Amino acid sequence: MKTITKLWIGIVVLIILSPLGLILPEQFKARSAWGEWGTEEMQKLVGYIPRGLEKLSSIWNAPIPDYAFKGWEEKRLLHLSFAYIVSALVGIGIITFIMIGIGKLLAKKGD
Amino acid sequence: MHIPDGYLGPTTCGIFYVAMLPLWVTAAKIVKKTLRAKQVPMLAIGAAFSFVIMMFNVPIPGGTTGHAVGGALVGILLGPWAGCIAITVALVVQALLFGDGGITAIGANCFNMAFVLPFAGYYIYKAISYNASIDAKRRVIAAGIAGYLALNLAAGLTGFEFGIQPFLHKTASGQALYCPYGLNVALPAMLGEHLLVFGWVEAIVTALVIKYLQKQSPEFLEEGRKN
Repeated sequence: MKTITKLWIGIVVLIILSPLGLILPEQFKARSAWGEWGTEEMQKLVGYIPRGLEKLSSIWNAPIPDYAFKGWEEKRLLHLSFAYIVSALVGIGIITFIMIGIGKLLAKKGD
Repeated sequence: MHIPDGYLGPTTCGIFYVAMLPLWVTAAKIVKKTLRAKQVPMLAIGAAFSFVIMMFNVPIPGGTTGHAVGGALVGILLGPWAGCIAITVALVVQALLFGDGGITAIGANCFNMAFVLPFAGYYIYKAISYNASIDAKRRVIAAGIAGYLALNLAAGLTGFEFGIQPFLHKTASGQALYCPYGLNVALPAMLGEHLLVFGWVEAIVTALVIKYLQKQSPEFLEEGRKN
């Protein structure tokens, strides 16, 4: 098997295992990454929401926020794991498409 | 390490967009000179790998989470300029599609993770593995050290960007407008967790993949390879 094929299989394995990145923090009661708190968490941490932060924090509405489907915030870990895998698939699909586009644009043809 | 919208003021956001622009242009120029059509799949795999490895949040029990970026590895394997393009694409998709990292902070996040990280990783690896044969153990060790140091450099820089915000932007009453934590908190927090935990994850990921390629496909580790 060609190495490139093996590496793609590796990526697929990582996609399938990706919910570990969701389940392990839950199991070990770890909170958000440092500096990536939502406005409510910020209120709890420092007692107020910095005004500029409040304004800018909602500047962008991501279609799949935090790798979860909208309206699924209260769902159980099994659902969230499914959304996480779908997110990984969608993200990698788009990234591969863009990278091949960029590659075609920049690469020398022929060899 | 993904700075969200609202944590950096407009000055900092602007400066890093302006800093990244010539770097992106240079990356495109340099990659255009060297990239062969055959190498394009590897470029895509590099970006995909970086994207998916960032989804593996590693918990500090009862504390925060963090993750590897794979940036040192991508820099080592694709070269730092192609690595910069690959990680940039991963970060932009994360920001736009998944709200992971702010759109106003894309410049800063790319500077930390798509520029400093792969460049530091690449040069540290090159320096330590200098003159080592393709199958030398020194290459695996070099990859581990490069991953560890480069991720910590990027984390320290991120902490610095967070930490200068209260000095730059304050209301008359002294409340912060953006990130409320100064350098005395942000820098040790970002550096500490990466020195203790997440840097090691990046080190292990980088070293393991280099070790695997040594066995399976040593040609990927050759400098200026033809395939």
